[in-house]
Amino acid sequence: MKAKIEEANQEAVSRIQRAKPTLVDVSTAGEAIPGMKKNMILHAGPPVTWERMCGPMRGAVIGGMILEGFARNMQEAEALAASGKVLFDSCHHHSSVGPMAGVVTWSMPVWVLENKTFGNRAYCTLNEGLGKVLRYGAFSEEVIARLRWMAEDLAPALKKALLRHGAIDMKSLIAQALQMGDEGHNRNRAGTSLFIREIAPDLVMLDESREKIAKILTFIHGNDHFFLNLTMPTCKCTVDAAASIEGCSVVTTMARNGTEFGIRVSGLGDQWFTGPAGMVEGLYLPGFSAKDAAPDIGDSVITETAGIGGFAMAAAPAIVKFVGGSARDAVRYTQQMYEITVAENDTYQIPTLDFRGTPTGIDLLKVVETGILPAINTGIAHKEPGIGMVGAGLVHPPENCFHDALEAFAEKYGK
Amino acid sequence: MDVKKIRELFSKELVVINMGLESFADNLRKEDVKVLPMDWKPPAGGNKRLIALLEKLGR
Repeated sequence: MKAKIEEANQEAVSRIQRAKPTLVDVSTAGEAIPGMKKNMILHAGPPVTWERMCGPMRGAVIGGMILEGFARNMQEAEALAASGKVLFDSCHHHSSVGPMAGVVTWSMPVWVLENKTFGNRAYCTLNEGLGKVLRYGAFSEEVIARLRWMAEDLAPALKKALLRHGAIDMKSLIAQALQMGDEGHNRNRAGTSLFIREIAPDLVMLDESREKIAKILTFIHGNDHFFLNLTMPTCKCTVDAAASIEGCSVVTTMARNGTEFGIRVSGLGDQWFTGPAGMVEGLYLPGFSAKDAAPDIGDSVITETAGIGGFAMAAAPAIVKFVGGSARDAVRYTQQMYEITVAENDTYQIPTLDFRGTPTGIDLLKVVETGILPAINTGIAHKEPGIGMVGAGLVHPPENCFHDALEAFAEKYGK
Repeated sequence: MDVKKIRELFSKELVVINMGLESFADNLRKEDVKVLPMDWKPPAGGNKRLIALLEKLGR
């Protein structure tokens, strides 16, 4: 059995390595996302009901309903959410990922990524910036107004510019960003800059006012996390190609909804294994502290699942100014992740480790055997809806997810 | 039994790698012996149920 599992795991990482995630379009959730419905709201993490949603996810759902015109205020939105007339589902069930609350509604613009090797697609909304934003549970007028501008001006312009430019090879951009001090999860300054270099010449050639183009470029420039919503679907369409391989113990999903952390394992298909979402240890914005924090939330841990993010922290020593710890810690996190992964990435490399490939393909069996849990860096949302981001830090999944998955894996494949 | 190598070992400065409890190293440190701690844990943290599951999978 050991040899069969190893063979299946090699197949999984081979598919991850051969993936060609490519930005092909900007569309809307309603048009592009498979199975999307007008009265459906997608969210981050494993499936969760309105009753069990944490504060920031509730806030984002309320904002999504106001944006779609389902409700005029918080009270109307809460009543509608509790009525059962709105369908909630996990982004991951629709080839999608969403940072933090990960709320996706019908009219929201989405990036469309295609894995050119295997043909599968992945989708993600566009990044709104930091602070008071929907994904952190804020839904004030300024949040809704920004989302409307993104749908009416930003996304259509990016769609046209991308059409002029042609599809963008995301794997190449992320590989460059890692060589420039990003790790692709909480440090995306280089990636955002590289994206501007790609798209700006085509943006300025559009038949749009100079003011409109300047506003778009200023918005992207002012948000170092703009690239995160591109790394996430890049990673999603990469690891999705390694899902559902018989006998494979590679983890193909990690995701959190602010209530639970969930994983899925290639050889166990679509089954979720969940545990309580942990509290993030990190640095707080002025005026906030650990007592304000919501538990771990968001699909952005798809980056670690694909071998970047916390797994590539050695490439991004400056990230410790955002998430806490020392530059030495950043190297140590990456080095430890080699203990629980199947391969070293052949494209994503770390200059300070003599261009060693990032640890790629988390092996469920190695996680349980070593007791080493995946290292994740992440933003921290306020626990109450409507407030937004309060900090960033480091977190590990609950170990029972892996223990429960091992039970099921041994049941299915053990002698 | 060739004891030459053992004699050689004890005639040089000892550097000991300690696997397991940190307290194993205490007596050596009292004798001014250099001890390097190794980050080691038993498989699956010694959890018998998990070890049995891993063994079922050929680990």
